[in-house]
Amino acid sequence: MVMARKQATDKELADKLAAVEREGRDKPVDARELMAMVEGIVASMEGDLSPMSIKLYSELEQLAHFIQKAKSEIAQLRPDEIRDQHLPTATDELEAIVGATETATNGILNAVEQIENLTAEMPPAVAEKVSEAVTQVYESCNFQDITGQRISKVVKALQHIESKVDGLLSAFGDEMTKHRKDGASQGAPADASKQGASGDKALLNGPQLPQDAKGQADIDALFASLG
Amino acid sequence: MSIDMHMPILIVDDYKTMLRIIRNLLKQLGFDNVEEATDGSMALTKLRDKGFSLVISDWNMEPMTGIQLLREVRADAKLKDLPFIMITAESKSENVIAAKEAGVSNYIVKPFNAATLKQKLTTILGNF
Repeated sequence: MVMARKQATDKELADKLAAVEREGRDKPVDARELMAMVEGIVASMEGDLSPMSIKLYSELEQLAHFIQKAKSEIAQLRPDEIRDQHLPTATDELEAIVGATETATNGILNAVEQIENLTAEMPPAVAEKVSEAVTQVYESCNFQDITGQRISKVVKALQHIESKVDGLLSAFGDEMTKHRKDGASQGAPADASKQGASGDKALLNGPQLPQDAKGQADIDALFASLG
Repeated sequence: MSIDMHMPILIVDDYKTMLRIIRNLLKQLGFDNVEEATDGSMALTKLRDKGFSLVISDWNMEPMTGIQLLREVRADAKLKDLPFIMITAESKSENVIAAKEAGVSNYIVKPFNAATLKQKLTTILGNF
């Protein structure tokens, strides 16, 4: 009878290991499943454990607990929020900077080109000085290209981080969903830059992205609607 | 021998603002026949369609970069001797070496000033 039960346990363990091997190709082994299997293996040994085996079991158990704790701590960092909110927001803000500096630079160039065109009507000595100043403005406008390229590099780095966080989230699977629900029930703030902010500080939103920004007409309408 | 200030010059950059700046600086220097392209492949098409006397190109563009354009130009029997200036923010030694090996006529690092542009043009074209 003891032999029959042992054989049944062995088969059950073998089936679990086979399942883990199959699933393990697509996702990491769950720490709790690992612990259950280790316990199953130990139980199936029916008291034949050597001191070395007991030590090994203890080490494996600690390892499983450590993995579980680490996963829980990482999940509390809310990598889903980092991927879904913070990184895209940072990317949008940077792209808005590029757009704004380009618009400003073109505005400066428009004005300076008009000034340059007027040099034909100026006394030669004045025209020469104005032309020199105009040249300096052209040279200074180089900054837009340089800052644009630098920001593009940062955006690429953020996109790389985003893909890594995405991989982390895939590895976490259901555990992330659990923490997301927990976070939602605690009313976790969506904007990390404002976490802990209250009162006037909570109103410091900074410039809005062009697609989100209100125009003066919107502000006037809102202002008027407030009575 | 004086140089032709009406020579056709092709400037290539994916930043419209930069094209505008280079065009304006060339205009101040007296060059009034300037055309633009926003990447290497567009530039190559223009170069093959029309005879240009000088190319001033950025490096970092898509889909065809400045260095790819340079290599295409040097590999083309009709264009291989065309003066080609690279104006780029790529300032690492390896970039300059690669451009030189590809046959660039001169290399200007952004941000640049009008005096540097004039100096490089003089080196290639002669005094003006």
